[in-house]
Amino acid sequence: MGDINKENVIDQEEVLHPKMVTVEIAGKKYDVPEGITVIKALWYAGQEVIRGIGCLGGFCGACATYYRTKDDPKVRTCLACQTAVQDGMSFSMVPPFPARKAVYNMAELKDPKQDLFSLYPEAPLCRNCNACTEACPQTIDVREGVWRAVFGDFKAVSEMFMDCVMCGLCTPVCIADIAPNLVALYASRAQGAHFTEKPERLEHRIKEIADGKYRDEWTRVLKMSEQELVKVCAELK
Amino acid sequence: MDIHKLQEIVHKTRDARRKQTIPKYAPAERDTLIKKYHPDFRESAYRPIKFGPNAGDKTVRELAALLEGDSPVPAGQDLAPAHSCDVLVVGGGGAGCAAALHAHAQGARVILATKLRLGDSNTVMAQGGMQIAVTNEDSPVTHFLDTLKGGHMKNDHDLLKVMVEEGPSIAQWLLSLGVLFDRDADGNLHVKKGGGSSKPRLLTASDYTGLEIMRVLKDEVLNQKIQLLEFSAAVELLSDKGVCTGAVLRDLDNKRFFVVAARTVILATGGIGRLHIQGFPTSNHFGATGDGLAMAYRMGAKLMHIDTFQYHPSGAVYPEQLIGALVTEGIRSEGGQLVNAKGERFVNELDTRDVVSSSIIRECEEGRGIRTMSGRIGVWLDTPLLEVEQGEGTLLKHFPAMVRQYERFGINIAKDPVLIYPTLHYQNGGVKIDVNGESQVKNLFVAGEASGGLHGRNRLMGNSLLDLMVYGKRSGLTAAARAKSGSQGKLTLDHVTQFRGEAKKHHASADVVSPMLFPAYAKKE
Repeated sequence: MGDINKENVIDQEEVLHPKMVTVEIAGKKYDVPEGITVIKALWYAGQEVIRGIGCLGGFCGACATYYRTKDDPKVRTCLACQTAVQDGMSFSMVPPFPARKAVYNMAELKDPKQDLFSLYPEAPLCRNCNACTEACPQTIDVREGVWRAVFGDFKAVSEMFMDCVMCGLCTPVCIADIAPNLVALYASRAQGAHFTEKPERLEHRIKEIADGKYRDEWTRVLKMSEQELVKVCAELK
Repeated sequence: MDIHKLQEIVHKTRDARRKQTIPKYAPAERDTLIKKYHPDFRESAYRPIKFGPNAGDKTVRELAALLEGDSPVPAGQDLAPAHSCDVLVVGGGGAGCAAALHAHAQGARVILATKLRLGDSNTVMAQGGMQIAVTNEDSPVTHFLDTLKGGHMKNDHDLLKVMVEEGPSIAQWLLSLGVLFDRDADGNLHVKKGGGSSKPRLLTASDYTGLEIMRVLKDEVLNQKIQLLEFSAAVELLSDKGVCTGAVLRDLDNKRFFVVAARTVILATGGIGRLHIQGFPTSNHFGATGDGLAMAYRMGAKLMHIDTFQYHPSGAVYPEQLIGALVTEGIRSEGGQLVNAKGERFVNELDTRDVVSSSIIRECEEGRGIRTMSGRIGVWLDTPLLEVEQGEGTLLKHFPAMVRQYERFGINIAKDPVLIYPTLHYQNGGVKIDVNGESQVKNLFVAGEASGGLHGRNRLMGNSLLDLMVYGKRSGLTAAARAKSGSQGKLTLDHVTQFRGEAKKHHASADVVSPMLFPAYAKKE
């Protein structure tokens, strides 16, 4: 990589003091390098992961995992691709949970805020235990979101749940059998489809294209030689 | 050295850099830079393909091996179908869902098969946005020209014109499904400026644009009760006298093969990041192994531009846990500067991705990079600059995903710059298609990253999400119409027999089996 000033090297604890730690994967102990992600620890332990893996970037929610750190009774949740292992950690990937998703035709809903109660009749039965909020690896205030949905504040729900990766960790903990992420997705979609202004400029542009406003310009551009196109493109700043 | 000590120079030079403007490269300089530093021009990484529709064309060694690879399906495989349908969509990302929904809306019997879960894809990670010319200052023609310029003039004009012209109606479709794009105060769609674009044109949903679109499309596929086959990997196509008639899939739970008879097949299998070509880390999802390319190639579909890949300029280099993960281009769109070890800027941060990546590689190769003890190298992306320019809290407001990702490993990107280096991001080329998404094999359609031609030799930021939606739709509509007018052909592996004959003649390695499906990361000893 060329002649690099020796001073421009970032210290890395894992290289300076490489250390193996003991973790418990689904009840079995393995020694793995400290600081690697939970998913890499699984690979290091020789396990193929097909169920429980997706984007590896913290966006798809496939790798929802329960874990506990040494001597702490609290079982926490995380995304396996986004969490580093530490000594004494125990973890298990969460199997798919058979939550019920309501089926709806978004365009044909007449009163989406009222329809919430027929599609998800369990939504208003929240007993405020707050387990969903505690389970969320994205630190969304899930319980608050469910109530906002119930009270018809779909706009707030859509903003609160923009970070939701649909990992579903809020669902198995719910004592009222609510699937908060699905309720929020419904409310967010309804907010977009039914309670958000139509963007005027977009509609105008669609009409312009249909009316052939750009026809002459297309003809001119598509007839150009590559050289002419290069010139026109070079002028774009 | 302590990372904070190394970062001091970025803080110290910030004020001086703020006033500095760096022009974009002129075309000639740009070409020189790219030829010298871009990984696409590293001769030793390439070799000619030995046989098949692209015989003699060069591609990276990793891909060449898979294209010449053997089918996992034995010649005597029982081909009695377990399922039959009008349209088989392979892949559950953006293009696959769009294709399935549009075909289903036409009344076609659709099956969507994916080797992971519905929605597991690169789409879900797209942060930067979706380019659609919606403002008064902009037009589809300008969008066309920007894309052409970014693609080194090599884009298929017909494919490109269709994409930019259908963009606005795609935005309308997504809005009607409930996708929440960012808005201006007057209710119009908010647009941001993307790298390589002359006009602000990026529609965004915070820095979760892909996730927002994917959440909605997935939900809609479920609402429409489209038949799903999850954890089912397509491993071979089926043919009747050169026409595509279905596919062999492998159930990944019981490892058995099963057959889907389909009047038409749409491959929406995405890219190749997990081949780690040239040893690069990747921003891609776990299943990005170019399966569609290998299957289409065996059946005789021609590929194009498969010698060119996009290395996203800003892949994380530190901390170790985030290696390869993207630091969204949006940060540069909003004014984030790239800074070398001497505290200098060295490129216009909004130049095209190939130019920015090449210049980062240049800085590192010429000794102005910052190394990590594990042997990585990179340059700084001055994220705190956004807070200085636009006020405290800007990063959290506009880039919550980014802030969260680093926060998990104890790094506050509002206070400290991050170390980045190009990461393997996108396959610019793919299976050659026409404006309806059909490959050169009849009844075999390809949509999204697996297809080629549209983006030329370098995809412009924000054009992928649009590509997925437009060509997902067009392939879905065409396949549905084709299925309606046609009938189910015979299910044979004749093309595989022929391919095996060719492979033998050209002494192709017998131990490579493709598609690869997944990278082998699990430690075996």
